[in-house]
Amino acid sequence: MKIRFLLLLVACLYPATVPAAGGSGADLDHYEYTVKDIHSLQNGARLFVNYCLSCHSAQYMRYNRMASDLEIPEDLVQESMIFDDTKIGEPMTATLTREDGEEWFGVAPPDLSLIGKLRDPEWLYTYLRSFYIDDTTASGWNNTVFPNVAMPHVLWTLQGIQKPVYATEVDDRGHESRHVTGFELIREGSMSPEEFDHAMEDLTNFLYYMGEPARMVRIGWGMWTMLFLALFGVLAWFLKKEYWRDVH
Amino acid sequence: MKALIEWVDARFPLVNVAREHLTEYYAPKNFNFWYFFGSLALLVLVLQIVTGILLAMNYKPDADLAFASVEYIMRDVWGGWFVRYMHSTGASLFFVVIYLHMFRGLLYGSYRSPRELIWIIGMVIYLAMMATAFFGYLLPWGQMSYWGAQVIVNLFETLPVIGGPLSEWIRGDYVISDITLNRFYAFHYLVPFILAGLVFAHIVALHKVGSNNPDGIEIKKGPKGNRWSETAPKDGIPFHPYYSVKDLLGTVVFMAVFLGIVFFIPEMFGYFIEQPNYEPANPLKTPEHIAPVWYFTPYYAILRAIPSFAGTQVWGVLAMFVSIVLFFLLPWLDRSPVKSIRYKGPTTRLALALFVVTFLVLGWLGTQAPTTNLTIMSQFFTLVYMLFFLLFPCFSSAGQPLPLLAKGLLALSILTVVATIVYWWALWSGGPAAVYKIGYTVLSVLVLFLLGIRPLLRAEPVKPVPERLTK
Repeated sequence: MKIRFLLLLVACLYPATVPAAGGSGADLDHYEYTVKDIHSLQNGARLFVNYCLSCHSAQYMRYNRMASDLEIPEDLVQESMIFDDTKIGEPMTATLTREDGEEWFGVAPPDLSLIGKLRDPEWLYTYLRSFYIDDTTASGWNNTVFPNVAMPHVLWTLQGIQKPVYATEVDDRGHESRHVTGFELIREGSMSPEEFDHAMEDLTNFLYYMGEPARMVRIGWGMWTMLFLALFGVLAWFLKKEYWRDVH
Repeated sequence: MKALIEWVDARFPLVNVAREHLTEYYAPKNFNFWYFFGSLALLVLVLQIVTGILLAMNYKPDADLAFASVEYIMRDVWGGWFVRYMHSTGASLFFVVIYLHMFRGLLYGSYRSPRELIWIIGMVIYLAMMATAFFGYLLPWGQMSYWGAQVIVNLFETLPVIGGPLSEWIRGDYVISDITLNRFYAFHYLVPFILAGLVFAHIVALHKVGSNNPDGIEIKKGPKGNRWSETAPKDGIPFHPYYSVKDLLGTVVFMAVFLGIVFFIPEMFGYFIEQPNYEPANPLKTPEHIAPVWYFTPYYAILRAIPSFAGTQVWGVLAMFVSIVLFFLLPWLDRSPVKSIRYKGPTTRLALALFVVTFLVLGWLGTQAPTTNLTIMSQFFTLVYMLFFLLFPCFSSAGQPLPLLAKGLLALSILTVVATIVYWWALWSGGPAAVYKIGYTVLSVLVLFLLGIRPLLRAEPVKPVPERLTK
């Protein structure tokens, strides 16, 4: 009986399957994210301020919060990560204005503070690595995870240039359709494919961290709280047992 | 200290109140697992009010600032993320606790005489909770907040004649806007205090008639005299300290679940906080799939299950309201000579199990994008939901003659089943494959027969109720 009650409780908490993330139906690559690896986060932050922050803001993320969470000295942040006269206590804002963004790309580059919450890390990791050249789009780039995305491949100097490998499928009615099955590197970048994958892991880690900086402490608080409740629970159990001895 | 208490007591019945509601409130000694959820619901209400007030100190009910102020709470307010997750998790767990509390009432007939008014006040509390949750869900001003509110307010638009002006009056605008956000915030702050007043009335009414128990036996009518008092029920024990220490244990276990969610899975895989809600509300961009939060989804599934006809969609909205109103009528629909499921017959057990499954399946269906196959499934489960209430007098009658009203409900049930089947086979163009129609037709007739007709042909056996509490 007890087990059934528990199952029911669990059923109430998990009423259905996990909703799927939006976007295309492309397969996502597996990826183990962690906010514990401080060096990975630091490298991700470096990539973020150098490559993303020119166009994308992170309006809810303050430089000094990043500095203290990622254990980067504040003067180092001021010196090598802030490229304008922004103060360390201020949030990260893009150099590009909204209006220019809309004019250049057709859509203003979205704020990235919460992208680690809005998108799954697997999605971000795969997306960042899935740009390929496509002369039918305005930017000359396309992406298998986010088809016809307005953003060009900003990191091409690192990754190099990828060309899609297509597979052709014929359905029951004889219609041919083609879809991308993989990529071929037609021009090498400054990083090897392995190095680039690692760099994108670091960048995804940083975006994931930035979505919720409290994640850095949340799990730890949780452990201590559970420990406290376990001890308190034992005491409460003995207290109940002691009182209830005389109820028959 | 003693002098102070005497001073107060001469002016306010302090000691009396404590005695009447705690140390000399005699509760049945056989409360089981299901009896934790009343006090837990009170705990969650208090937590929601406390965390809510803390959030209100930093939240800004302004369409331009609301989203950013929530992120400000999450990042820049010390401990703000903890308070916010407590509040968002608390909202969902409030409904978990209340659903389990209501299920307890169904199990042991806690709504039966003399507790009808407790049940009705409880249902009003449930409605007030739904209103509060609905108002509160708009406040983060994310995409799902915005579009969820849009969908719900549009329900009122389906009402004939007054629909348009009514939904406009609710929003204060032609679309959900800053004005709507402001008034929803005002209501979100107000309703919990009305809720607290209703909870007070719920408890006062309970303590007037005394608690029910898993045996459904009135301990006040049983023998008198226990260790504490000559006149108190023999099977009663003082609430304090016995149930206060027991509830303390329940509270610790519950808080482990609660805080486990807050610290480790605060979004509960998109069920407590939906992923699209991390994007600010955008009136020009409709999300791919809009679904209300999980605790509304059973009703949302019922709403969507009813097809529109005679040129209006109001029927789904009516069905949704009826499905909630039916709960209010339970005290009069249940005609069993016994209260508790322990002594009721197998058909009642089957009906209750079926209802729980139905509620959960409808909840799941409400989260899914509608397809033809899922729609016929929702229609079938909506039918079962309604039949559970309409046929309650039949399967709980245990051989007693049916009053006229119950016969009317049986006739209504038969009519509803027939109408549904006719709709599936004759009126639904582009409906699902025949195999689904056959399956659900057979199942519908089976449910009607088992819950409505068979109990009348063969009286449901009822077990004898003992005079004293069993363990």
